Amino acid sequence: MTDINRDEVTGKPTTGHEWDGIRELNTPLPRWWLLVLYACIVWSIGYWVVYPAWPSLTNYTKGMFGYNSRAELAENLAAAEAAQSQWLSRIDQNSVEAIEGDPELLNFAMAGGRAAFNENCAPCHATGGAGRPGFPVLADDEWIWGGTLADIQQTIQHGIRAADDAETRITDMPRFGIDGLLDRTQVNDVTEFVLSLSGRATDQAAAEAGQQIFADNCAACHGPAGQGLREFGAPNLTDEIWLYGGEKKEVIAQIHNPKMGVMPHWIGRLDSARIKMLTVYVHSLGGGE
Amino acid sequence: MLAGGSKLYADHVKVYPQRIWGKFRSIKWAILAMLLLIYYLVPWIRWDRGPDAPDQAVLIDMAGRRAYFFWIEIWPQEVYYLAGLLILGAFGLFFATSLLGRVWCGFTCPQTVWTDLFMQVERWVEGDRNARIKLDGEPVSLGKSVRKLTKHGIWLLIALATGGAWAMYFDDAPTLLRNFFTGQAGELQYVFVGLFTATTYILAGWAREQVCIYMCPWPRFQAAMFDEHTMLVTYEEWRGEPRGPLKRAAAEDKPQGDCIDCGLCVRVCPTGVDIRQGQQLACIGCGLCVDACNSVMAKINRPLELITYDALSAQADRAAGRPPKRRFIRPRTVVYFVMILAVGIGMLATLSQRARLDVSLLADRAPLFVRLKDGGIQNGYTLKILNMLREPGTFSLEVEGLPGIETRLIGADSSRIAVAPDDVGTFRLLLLVPKGAAPSGSSPITVRVTNLANGEVSIHDATFNAPQQ
Repeated sequence: MTDINRDEVTGKPTTGHEWDGIRELNTPLPRWWLLVLYACIVWSIGYWVVYPAWPSLTNYTKGMFGYNSRAELAENLAAAEAAQSQWLSRIDQNSVEAIEGDPELLNFAMAGGRAAFNENCAPCHATGGAGRPGFPVLADDEWIWGGTLADIQQTIQHGIRAADDAETRITDMPRFGIDGLLDRTQVNDVTEFVLSLSGRATDQAAAEAGQQIFADNCAACHGPAGQGLREFGAPNLTDEIWLYGGEKKEVIAQIHNPKMGVMPHWIGRLDSARIKMLTVYVHSLGGGE
Repeated sequence: MLAGGSKLYADHVKVYPQRIWGKFRSIKWAILAMLLLIYYLVPWIRWDRGPDAPDQAVLIDMAGRRAYFFWIEIWPQEVYYLAGLLILGAFGLFFATSLLGRVWCGFTCPQTVWTDLFMQVERWVEGDRNARIKLDGEPVSLGKSVRKLTKHGIWLLIALATGGAWAMYFDDAPTLLRNFFTGQAGELQYVFVGLFTATTYILAGWAREQVCIYMCPWPRFQAAMFDEHTMLVTYEEWRGEPRGPLKRAAAEDKPQGDCIDCGLCVRVCPTGVDIRQGQQLACIGCGLCVDACNSVMAKINRPLELITYDALSAQADRAAGRPPKRRFIRPRTVVYFVMILAVGIGMLATLSQRARLDVSLLADRAPLFVRLKDGGIQNGYTLKILNMLREPGTFSLEVEGLPGIETRLIGADSSRIAVAPDDVGTFRLLLLVPKGAAPSGSSPITVRVTNLANGEVSIHDATFNAPQQ
């Protein structure tokens, strides 16, 4: 007579369940496994009590710790601000020239300026101030409105042709072509003259004819020799840097119907410390003036 | 379920090593004391490095990214010295093992040292082998509980000191000690002290020989370093067998070896092996069975060293009645020794010649180059000068490789660049080449930074980018 509750082959107890003569062995979960499961259940109850857990129709249970991840983020941001505050206040108290003269402040301003530049300026001026067609390269030595620290700071603060800033840098180049100030031949001649300033004219006779047109129409802003005038933001026409392109057709287009870039003012959008850091960073890109 | 009811794992048989005195026990105590003193006291040695530098002789400063070893200061990029030390350690281990067998396991391994210490505490509190077996067999009582709690308490204290000392190699020892007990140490410090306290307590108190037999890879391949001339703990089977009790042999007048089968060699063994069965993985070569057997042989007036520390070849000679020959100079010991010498000399040479000035030059990715008003080409770089000396440095910068190349440093003068002691100076560097001087594409240039105080020079290769034509 065998024990009905014990399997003959393995010697293990059975559950007593039987299907078609097959009895199920009793293999309970290991005790340690069960204990871990119970411990997890107890833990989860504690978790519900102290952390946000259950949703209701309009709200959720807040938990005893009052934790929420948004508040934690705000805390971390505030801590980061506090960690930077002594640096930022030093930046604030010093002039941009003094910042560039102090290696410690310079390093901080370069890092802070790079971050601010990538967030605010790079969309137009490209990373590292590499520029895009129509948006000036900031890493070279051509400065339309001036490349000293003070000039750059002024430009960042008030922008260029910024609509809502009284102190913004502003000039207009007349639309010589479409407004009928010059006819097609005159535009062609003055273009040849402008190209001749950097030694690239293709038609010497036209260039000579253009000289007088230039003196009459352009020299007031661009200077008699075409060397440009910072006060009017009139670019130097004798060098190798062409904001809107140096090909003949591009120069013709610019005389016919000039493009004039717009840069927003940053006062009111960025605090003065960040503008100073940007100034120092931009000044360092190409060495400034 | 495996067939026939066999199990995947051997049952743990608790080992109760018996106290023994003798030559090897004394050596073990001496080495244990020396190693523990080194471990616990080294963080407390002070070493003056001047202001703004830690005054701890041996310190790995993770936050400051420096490692200090007395007069040597290591920067993160010099971490290959650690690789050199590990190689030295490995060859040292191979050398000692091929010459002297498992001396590392038996005498100097931290697992052996701390287990030995914990066993000694156990003997003080619970008594020797028989008392401990008896105590473990008793039902729970006040006396048993007190003894057990005392033992575990002392173990935990030792473990805490061990974990704490570990953390002291990574932080200023006196500060850490004060902060630790006033609750002001960092979270990580508590975590790591807790971790090493727990591992010390578990490995030396509970796991013990299980670590050597099941966890450690070293016993499994160190036999590759052995040959017949390696010194090993071995049983002189040729004169020990046939073993048997002294009285029975006298009574029955049968041939009788020197081994009287008293079993003392097994009872003193910290890993519970029987050395008379020959070389085995679980034997850590500590020699306590030699002490045990000698104490018995002396009592019954038989020649000592029935269990002995000897080479297998010498044992074969003795068994055959020849005078034993020992060979310490063998191809493998010579090779290991030469390796140690080569790596050691190599490390010393590089350490004594190592640069205390390093330069890194990172070219701007955007823009790769800019064209200037006069048609010249300008490239921007981030220049870092690593002044690894503990004094302020003044450096000069020269760039060569292209005709007319000019140097501009933002916020510094390239003939007198100041860098703070033990610091990295970061500067923006602009290089200008006149129109037509830079060939199309990238050209190699050389940047040379000189420490004006001591003339040390660091030369760095870089490239200058110009438009493709």
